[in-house]
Amino acid sequence: MRRIAILLLVLLAPLAGHAQDAFEAALAGLGGGFAQQAEAAERLGMLGDPRAVPILRALSDGRLLRAGDGALLVREGDRNTFALTGAAAEISGAEPVRINNRVRAALRGALGRLSLVSPDQAERLAAAEAVFRSRAAENIPLLEAALARENVARIRERMELALAASRLAAGDEAAKRAGIAELGASASTEARAVLLESRAAAPALAAEIDAAVTAIDRRLAIRHAAETFFQGLSLGSVLLLAALGLAVTFGVMGVINMAHGEFVMLGAYTTFVMQEALRGIPALAPWSLPLSVPAAFLVAAACGAVLERGLIRHLYGRPLETLLLTFGVGMMIQQAVRLGFGAQNREVTSPPWMQGTLELAFGVTVTQNRLWILVFSLLVLGLTVAAIHLTRFGLEMRAVTQNRRIAAAMGIRTGRVDAFTFAFGSGIAGIAGVALSQIDNVSPNLGSGYIIDSFMVVVFGGVGSLAGTLVGAMSLGVVNKVLEPYAGVVLAKVFVLVAIMLFIQRRPRGLFALRGRAAEQ
Amino acid sequence: MRAGLGAAVGLLALLPALNALPTDHALHVSDFIVSVTGKWICYAILALSLDLAWGYAGILSLGHGAFFALGGYAIGMHLMRLIGPRGAYGHPVLPDFMVFLGYTQLPWFWRGFEYFPYAALMVLLVPGALALVVGFLAFRSRITGVYLSILTQAMTYALMLAFFRNDMGFGGNNGFTDFKELLGMPLATPRARAALFYASLVALVAAFLICSVLTRTKYGRVLTAIRDAESRARFLGYDTARHKLFAFVLSAMLAGLAGALYVPQVGIINPGEFNPGNSIEAVIWVAVGGRGTLVGAVLGAFSVNALKTWLTSAAPDLWLFALGGLFVVVTLFLPRGLIGVFDRLRKGRAP
Amino acid sequence: MTKTLITRRSVLAGTGALLAAPSIRPSMAQSAPIRIGVLHSLSGTMAISETALRDTVLMMVEYQNSRGGLLGRRLEAVVVDPASNWPLFAEKARELLQVHKVDVTFGCWTSVSRKSVLPVFEELNGMLFYPVQYEGEEESRNIFYTGAAPNQQAIPAVEYLMSADGGDAKRIALLGTDYVYPRTTNRILRGFLNSKGIADADIMEEYTPFGHSDWQGIVARVKRFAAEGKKTAIVSTINGDANIPFYRELGNQGIKAEEIPCVAFSVGEEELAGIDTRPLVGHLAAWNYFMSVQSPANTRFLELWRAYIRNPRRVTNDPMEATYTGFSMWAQAVAQAGTTAVDAVRTAVIGQKFDAPAGYTEEMLPNHHLSKPVMIGEVQADGQFNIVWKTQNAVPAENWSQFIPENANRRRG
Repeated sequence: MRRIAILLLVLLAPLAGHAQDAFEAALAGLGGGFAQQAEAAERLGMLGDPRAVPILRALSDGRLLRAGDGALLVREGDRNTFALTGAAAEISGAEPVRINNRVRAALRGALGRLSLVSPDQAERLAAAEAVFRSRAAENIPLLEAALARENVARIRERMELALAASRLAAGDEAAKRAGIAELGASASTEARAVLLESRAAAPALAAEIDAAVTAIDRRLAIRHAAETFFQGLSLGSVLLLAALGLAVTFGVMGVINMAHGEFVMLGAYTTFVMQEALRGIPALAPWSLPLSVPAAFLVAAACGAVLERGLIRHLYGRPLETLLLTFGVGMMIQQAVRLGFGAQNREVTSPPWMQGTLELAFGVTVTQNRLWILVFSLLVLGLTVAAIHLTRFGLEMRAVTQNRRIAAAMGIRTGRVDAFTFAFGSGIAGIAGVALSQIDNVSPNLGSGYIIDSFMVVVFGGVGSLAGTLVGAMSLGVVNKVLEPYAGVVLAKVFVLVAIMLFIQRRPRGLFALRGRAAEQ
Repeated sequence: MRAGLGAAVGLLALLPALNALPTDHALHVSDFIVSVTGKWICYAILALSLDLAWGYAGILSLGHGAFFALGGYAIGMHLMRLIGPRGAYGHPVLPDFMVFLGYTQLPWFWRGFEYFPYAALMVLLVPGALALVVGFLAFRSRITGVYLSILTQAMTYALMLAFFRNDMGFGGNNGFTDFKELLGMPLATPRARAALFYASLVALVAAFLICSVLTRTKYGRVLTAIRDAESRARFLGYDTARHKLFAFVLSAMLAGLAGALYVPQVGIINPGEFNPGNSIEAVIWVAVGGRGTLVGAVLGAFSVNALKTWLTSAAPDLWLFALGGLFVVVTLFLPRGLIGVFDRLRKGRAP
Repeated sequence: MTKTLITRRSVLAGTGALLAAPSIRPSMAQSAPIRIGVLHSLSGTMAISETALRDTVLMMVEYQNSRGGLLGRRLEAVVVDPASNWPLFAEKARELLQVHKVDVTFGCWTSVSRKSVLPVFEELNGMLFYPVQYEGEEESRNIFYTGAAPNQQAIPAVEYLMSADGGDAKRIALLGTDYVYPRTTNRILRGFLNSKGIADADIMEEYTPFGHSDWQGIVARVKRFAAEGKKTAIVSTINGDANIPFYRELGNQGIKAEEIPCVAFSVGEEELAGIDTRPLVGHLAAWNYFMSVQSPANTRFLELWRAYIRNPRRVTNDPMEATYTGFSMWAQAVAQAGTTAVDAVRTAVIGQKFDAPAGYTEEMLPNHHLSKPVMIGEVQADGQFNIVWKTQNAVPAENWSQFIPENANRRRG
């Protein structure tokens, strides 16, 4: 730690004696207006005094306070210290110092400079990123020194890019050319932006810059295609989750449940309730999302069982009447939730492992929450298939579906199987709600947005076929996302709907049609 | 029954006359009652058309709202053209929304709508043509039951999404409003309201007569046969697809007519009318009144909508429970709807 | 009118006194109550935004009654549910005016609902206070618009983005929900940006349907749009419900406010209450009021609201403030006119001044719109806004924008 500090001091502040006054003066600027704050942050970054790091970080987190007499304090937990001296301060009524985006950008650049050689990997990576964005020729020696010590490949890569960008900002023509060549060898949109930005300032190098941009674009094209494909799969996974429960209740039982969307919504609200309930239990609070999965399943399944036993079982063999009945039930569930929880959206926070992006091979980046939902949807599909094909309950369920009377004759209690099947499908809808709470509004209207799409997926895939639901959902998602940039969001969806309608009339039983007697019912 | 119907129509016909009485007269009926009843009459026509398709031909369309809305849009385009230079921007040809969206000329599909006969024709032709295409494709492939319902639902959903787009040239979400006049009558007057009211009533009676005659002909009986056992009817040599197609197209045209009468009365048409929920609600009117009886469809449309109008003011937080509960009760306990209840009551009283 | 500081206790005490002391009641009950129509959706897609406005009106009715009503008459709210259904809005408006005979109506959120009821209010000579920011291009003698016109929100916000403090934006992505407000606002902004030397190639415009929830593709395209080497900013006219998935996607794809700031015109405290705002710190919103405004009038407003709603976590937002201001101005006008008759009150409302919670004195102008301050707030980690910029004075509304060329030959009525 000390060696790092010395290194910094040697590099940046040869006149240590004057630095003390300069540090004090720059620090005072942090309490001023936005323009003054930004300038002060930049100066602190240039001074290279490591004492600035906790202060700048405090400012960026809203923990830097200004007392009535103008003294700056750093809040650490419930304890305040003077920013300049580090001594404990017993001052009440200090107000947090406010910043804006301009200050925030300056702070990031300064912190980047100051923490390029930090022992913490994540900090170094963020620092390289920040220095890349602030791209000043002054950073070149700093980056070179940091690169010499760096041995983590990912951080090195970012630092090299930052170095290239800083070289491009240098006055010297040869350094500029080197920078252009290095940036051109990357596959980064940010590098592309940097190149284009400097194009106007360096007309002499325009041709080289254009060549570098073209090279980047070539690499990016493949990546964009991969990302679009992932986006399609992600949309498909959402459709899959929303439709799976329906594939059971509608596909297997033939019950049209218009309240399906409301079960999804109940699952999302269960997630919210779990989060609030576990807030007080520190050991369980971080696990509220995974714990919501079984909870949502149980809540939705219980509602489903009540609905089936209480109402739907009186209407078997009359699918269209069930449609109307469940539409009415859906209206009531929606209004009950609206009165119980309020019409406003409820906040369901994402755990840290579901935030941000993940970089896969070839620089393809995907968002974490979408990736998890994709994995989760396949998992739920797998469990559903397993439940239907590997368990006793699944066997009875299939038996009742195929021939109710023979199944009853064999001693299967068909009424109970119906209730369980419907509860099972509803429970899956509830699980879908847990996932949707991570990407959509948790509001009483949540479910109604998915109901039609879900029906389309099930019918398109082939009623009664879970494989069909999977293929249907994924292909619809991908086609939608591929069309979107050309047709716009709305028309892409309209095209997909029309295509499904035409497809259904060619193959009324969907992609994976059931054959034989079951299909005729 | 017949006498009751006549009395009901006569009573309805009296409303605008009572409205014309001085406001302090004991029998005076407010504008609100007249305009809201006019709306219900249009809903009743929609319910009739749906009953023809569902109650008699077994086609449960969850997209009848689309035909209703298309009829409404056709007349709406005419009404927009009639505004002429009286719009906010004073453009001689273009409606206001086109002016501020930067259109320089009228899109081709708007041509001709300045003539009432053309618009009136389109009110019937556009929904009819859509029904013809969708019905032809669906019935040819023998799509029935639930699948057909979902197909028609997708149809209205796709249309809703499309009409919400501002680039379509139909005013997007705001749709058409601020109508001035129809056939030379300024719309915001009691006279125009009375005229539209009577037009709707006449249309309702006419639609009722057409349907009731149609369902009693041989064609109507074949239709019922198809509803009850389509394969059997086919094996007997009937071209079931063609029979169903005719009923479906006629039904769509009636729905379009209902929409065209509805729009000038409520003063707005927007893509919300394509909302699949609206179509399902229309199905529920028929179910509540009594599917497969024309009187039932009309009765259902009136009673559910009257209830909705009353409850959205009397119990704004709870009306959805009442309405949702009604749907549940009717489907569970009154499979033949309100008509079934009346029949049972009458039979119970008979010696 | 003298203003006393209203505390929660005094509100409760006032209400209590009203109920307890029969001596006050006869004087108020002598004549029929003044009827206040409340025309906000309580179910359907718009309930999410509009229920809070219903509560605000009910709060004001209760408050006004606790101060002895108006003109010695009690106020009575008539609440109806137009259920986010536009023809139903027109029907309910007619019912309020003709059956319930309301003296004034507070209501509507979406432009289409306002356009649906406008002919009814004009025909029956009713009075509607409309509290939401909108695209302008309208005026009616029967409607008072207490939300912002485009010049009171959109243009100052974009000017801020292009300033040094806002990040010197040279390239603008206009994202919106596909309806008239975003279309018109973006048209006005395009005209404005062109006048500031930003070419059409540096403007991206994209529209999505209502309630759009899959923003992956669009956010990725914005990122690509930003990779052209010019400082880029997003101007969002995305409507209510679609905002949460949009912001989640912004956060997850790592779009930081320092790089690509996003300024929104339809995102307030209520919308942010549904998301974790930590990844969004620094993104902007332009409004005429924020809950974080420091002013005595705002303190009063917040105390009144908390006492009424009895939930410390419920927030206030711009349309609620506009409802509050509109109601107060109407009450002042009624007191001044000495009657609730629409024609007299209409004349009296114009020129009313009110010390609004926004911290400025707002005035009802002859064009039926308010003069309002413009503020730009940055999202904070706690879901509130930090006001980073505001106008010196209240800005008078221009409901007919100078950036729409067709307004030059508008028919003036």
